[in-house]
Amino acid sequence: MDQKTLKKLVESISNTVKNFKKSEVECLLILFHSLVERANVRLNNFGLDRNAFRAILHSIFGMTNDILMNRVFFAFDKDNDNCINAKEWVKGLSVFLRGTFEEKLKFCFEVYYLNGDGYISREEIFDMLKNSLCQQSSEEESDEGIKELVDITLKKMDYDNDGKISFADFEKAVKEERLLLEVFGPCLPEAENCIDFEALAFGHILTSSFGM
Amino acid sequence: MGVALTRSAQWSAAGYGTRTLEITPLNEAILKEIIVFVASFIYKHPQEAKYVFVEPLEWKTNLDPSAFESGYIVSETTVKSEEVDKDGQPLLSVSVPHIRVRSFGQLSRLLLTAKDMKLKEAQACIEANRDPVTKILGLDYNTMKEDTSVVNILDKITKDEDPESEIKMKLGMLLKQLDLHLLNHSLKHISLEIRLNPTIVKNDIELLKHFSGKGEQTVLESIDYTSDYEFSNGCRAPPWRQIHGEICYVLVKPHDVETLCITCSAEGVFLNGGKTDDEGEINYERKSEIYKDLVTFLKERSAKFSENMSKQDVRFSGEWKKKEALKEAPKKEEAAALQKALPASGKSVLEKNYINFGKSQMTKRLQPSLNWKATFDFKDKGASKDTQEEKHGRRLERSGPPVSPRRSQLVRKSAEKIEEIISESSSESEEDEEPPDHHQEANAGLPSEYWQIQKLVKYLKGGNQTATVIALCSMQDFNLAQETCQLAIRDVGGLEVLINLLDTDEVKCKIGSLKILKEISHNPQIRRNIVDLGGLPIMVNILDSPHKSLKCLAAETIANVAKFRRARRAVRRHGGITKLVALLDCAQNSGEPSQSSLYDARDVEVARCGALALWSCSKSYENKEAIRKAGGIPLLAGLLKTSHENMLIPVVGTLQECASEESYRTAIKAERIIENLVKNLNSENEQLQEHCAMAIYQCAEDKETRDLVRLHGGLKPLASLLNNTDNKERLAAVTGAIWKCSISKENVTKFREYKAIETLVGLLTDQPEEVLVNVVGALGECCQEYENRVLVRKCGGIQPLVNLLIGINQTLLVNVTKAVGACALEPESMMIIDRLDGVRLLWSLLKNPHPDVKASAAWALCPCIQNAKDAGEMVRSFVGGLELVVNLLRSDNKEVLASVCAAITNIAKDQENLAVITDHGVVPLLSKLANTNNDKLRRHLAEAISRCCMWGRNRAAFGEYKAVAPLVRYLKSNDTRVHQATAQALYQLSEDADNCITMHENGAVKLLLDMVGSPDQDLQEAAAGCIYNIRKLALATEKARYT
Repeated sequence: MDQKTLKKLVESISNTVKNFKKSEVECLLILFHSLVERANVRLNNFGLDRNAFRAILHSIFGMTNDILMNRVFFAFDKDNDNCINAKEWVKGLSVFLRGTFEEKLKFCFEVYYLNGDGYISREEIFDMLKNSLCQQSSEEESDEGIKELVDITLKKMDYDNDGKISFADFEKAVKEERLLLEVFGPCLPEAENCIDFEALAFGHILTSSFGM
Repeated sequence: MGVALTRSAQWSAAGYGTRTLEITPLNEAILKEIIVFVASFIYKHPQEAKYVFVEPLEWKTNLDPSAFESGYIVSETTVKSEEVDKDGQPLLSVSVPHIRVRSFGQLSRLLLTAKDMKLKEAQACIEANRDPVTKILGLDYNTMKEDTSVVNILDKITKDEDPESEIKMKLGMLLKQLDLHLLNHSLKHISLEIRLNPTIVKNDIELLKHFSGKGEQTVLESIDYTSDYEFSNGCRAPPWRQIHGEICYVLVKPHDVETLCITCSAEGVFLNGGKTDDEGEINYERKSEIYKDLVTFLKERSAKFSENMSKQDVRFSGEWKKKEALKEAPKKEEAAALQKALPASGKSVLEKNYINFGKSQMTKRLQPSLNWKATFDFKDKGASKDTQEEKHGRRLERSGPPVSPRRSQLVRKSAEKIEEIISESSSESEEDEEPPDHHQEANAGLPSEYWQIQKLVKYLKGGNQTATVIALCSMQDFNLAQETCQLAIRDVGGLEVLINLLDTDEVKCKIGSLKILKEISHNPQIRRNIVDLGGLPIMVNILDSPHKSLKCLAAETIANVAKFRRARRAVRRHGGITKLVALLDCAQNSGEPSQSSLYDARDVEVARCGALALWSCSKSYENKEAIRKAGGIPLLAGLLKTSHENMLIPVVGTLQECASEESYRTAIKAERIIENLVKNLNSENEQLQEHCAMAIYQCAEDKETRDLVRLHGGLKPLASLLNNTDNKERLAAVTGAIWKCSISKENVTKFREYKAIETLVGLLTDQPEEVLVNVVGALGECCQEYENRVLVRKCGGIQPLVNLLIGINQTLLVNVTKAVGACALEPESMMIIDRLDGVRLLWSLLKNPHPDVKASAAWALCPCIQNAKDAGEMVRSFVGGLELVVNLLRSDNKEVLASVCAAITNIAKDQENLAVITDHGVVPLLSKLANTNNDKLRRHLAEAISRCCMWGRNRAAFGEYKAVAPLVRYLKSNDTRVHQATAQALYQLSEDADNCITMHENGAVKLLLDMVGSPDQDLQEAAAGCIYNIRKLALATEKARYT
């Protein structure tokens, strides 16, 4: 990508993303390009597909949960074209790295509700918590345990008692107890990972050590 | 058998004499055992079977004479055995319906004959013969049973060689064996008995409710409690029924039978007399057999229920099984606990005895709560351990020490004791006694929270980070300030998990865990458990974490835990003090008030938590030292400049604790802390005021500090705080500060200016002792000045002061006597004291066991005797008073001795009294004290001696008792007051020639010559007088020699 288009892109993105300086946006874009090229995608859209993105989440941000990595991908992918473009990349990272509490709250909620109805349903919770118990003696018992865990969560967070968690519920619960921000599994990077990432991205020391 | 029958068998309550055995499983079991014993007797012990009972066993039989076969002479209504005794009487005879049996052989046969009727016959026999052993062996053998010892038995056997008595002996032993056997048997039986508790019953009913309703598929049409009110122990039965062990009553409407009114009790479930419709009263009488639980009962009663149950079973059993598992473990200790809680229903009056017996056995076997925990751990950890460690590797199982925790605690404790003796501390008293754990009681009625918490702990143990965080957050919703919840967390093994979580790398888990620990550590038992589980070192490590909120939580938890000695030491040993002091540094560089709004609020929070923890820790001497060495004082001084009240309280609290140490007081002066303490006296916060006043109280032992308080304007706020008497803690601290400050005269003047003395006098009544001690102490200091003495008298302070002389608090008595003594300096006040009989009260305090009180009372007596009118008469009026004073000279406390000498000086001013004390042997006692280096004692002793010389031949006596030579040495003391008193004494003593010689021999002349040069006229005069006497004697001797 030539300097001119890059500058243009930086300019347009900087107008919407306030958390980064222009120079930082530029760094992120350069990183994005190198990642895309490395991933060697030949798609109509220039961007990261799900696998490439998951690899990044895993290697850079230390995420392990497959389901949640997919969901994070969808949360990044605002236009639902199964591909993260440059703008989505910078926007997503702004929440990841520099997001305010409110932004993160919103982001997490987006990750957790999948079917787009604006609520996290009992079934969705069950899916997300499915692997949260260490193997018990039988499938059935473990299912029972998860179900109870879902009940506990709903009891705690479902303030309006409609059997699902609305954004209002979520916001209220998390504001009361911040530990509940990533209640259904880690979907934000750890602080240390963020620091590492920023050092890498903004320090122009991108090497091939990403192990992709 | 006797013991078993009276203790174990469940007799019906219907009167004496005709009592019958109830048909209970236990009784049945006992009877069966007896039958087995008797039936086999004829084979096992043929010899003894022939033994003829002393008295026949008689009862009403149901057997038909025709049932008897060979060996018996049978008629229509009578039966006689062919077997007869020595006198030809048959050993068994029946005349319907009465039967008499006189040997075990016949009893055995009878049982064989009875066939199916065995049980009935045995029961009838036991019922009619309440004490079979006596009848069989005779009265003497039965009583002998009480003190059965082998010696006793052997003795009897050897004494009368009679073969019959030997058989009797054997029989007696056999019966005793049977007795033991029966007791054991019934114990076994009891331990198998079902014991329901409110929680189990409630769960059952709730579960059944779940599956009840209209329709074919449900198990019941309805199931309802008769009462909506649930007592705190989970029972719904009225209290007077609860003592019978009844828990609740339910109305059950099965599909196929009428509504059943069922009683659920600790013993089991049974049908009662039903609920009468008009009054709603329940007929509590039992109408059916007892079943082990509701489901069994209903299965028996309703076919439909049992059918539908089996259909539901698939779903049901899952939930049921879980419940069962829970029930399993606590069941037995429940039995014991519940029985304790619900004692003595009609029949269990008898039962109670063996329950106690049984319980002790059971506890030995089960060890209630510990075991309960152990089994629990097993189940959960065992199942999930492997996978857990593999998958997450984070939850390191703590490798516990091989010693059991209790044991190791013991070992630790004894080691600790040794150290504690060495390191003493000022303010460790109140919370340091380790209260006994009351584990057991907690089981009596388990609240529903218990089970919910148990479930959550399961997720903590078996869940990944996400599940753990959810469980932790959910746990916070319980009322963690409630002891039930606190202990529930511990009892289900939650503490271990919470502490293990602190050892992981998961910040969120650590935060969640600490949030809970912080709350539950308000409970003293939990604190100890946390320390026992090694929680403190982990928390101390967290203090290094980069996460501020973690630091805060850890410090706050430490603040809660470190409320007792062992915990405080653990914090120090693991380097916690240094780390906590480092936390204080967070909020530094913020000294200037203009910037205070700019710095991160959370830094202040970190410092506040650090100060909180240090406050708790600062109650141990070693920790005070550690805080100082870690550079805590300047940091605390810095924090003192902030204006955050919740920060200031722990900071001042810590300083106040530490100010008990000299090193701190010096540092406090140097760090200009007093200034800020004074400033905060003006705060709005009562607690802060209290701690500031307390800190001033501690520090004001030092004159410079007292001056600083005045210079910074601290006296005025102190005086004005006196007017608010509602908060007694604060009042105590404020009066304490005033007391110590008033040691400086300048301060007293200020206090008078602020009208504090009047207020203090007003506080002499209706205040707690802590306040009184300080108020009286302050008045004692103030009354050293004339104006204040007048003031106190005018405000009516003397009466309440004298009234306080009757107290028992030693510190208070010391202060009161001092204050009264100070008042007595004023003749006008003295009159009031005398009128109120204050002198007698002071005098009687000489008998107080505490030396400080004795000394203080003796000091106070001096001005009293000086200023009282007719002092001599007054002193003589105290019967035995003079003897008491003289005998106090035998004390080994220097202060007491000095004060008593001073008192004697005053008493001896009256010739008559001097004569009396001389008779009581004051001279040898005083002389004995002469060899001392204590200047205070020297001075008062010398004064006393000089006074006592005024009577009879006391001068010579002092010489004989060798008091003179030591007195001469007093002249070498550095204290001029000693010189004066000694010179006086020597002058008096020199009237006796022998004494002059002794003085001369001991080089008194040269010393006295020096004294003559003193500016003190009295001293000059006395010294000169003494020299004159010595010289006169020398001249006289010379004259005598040459003439």
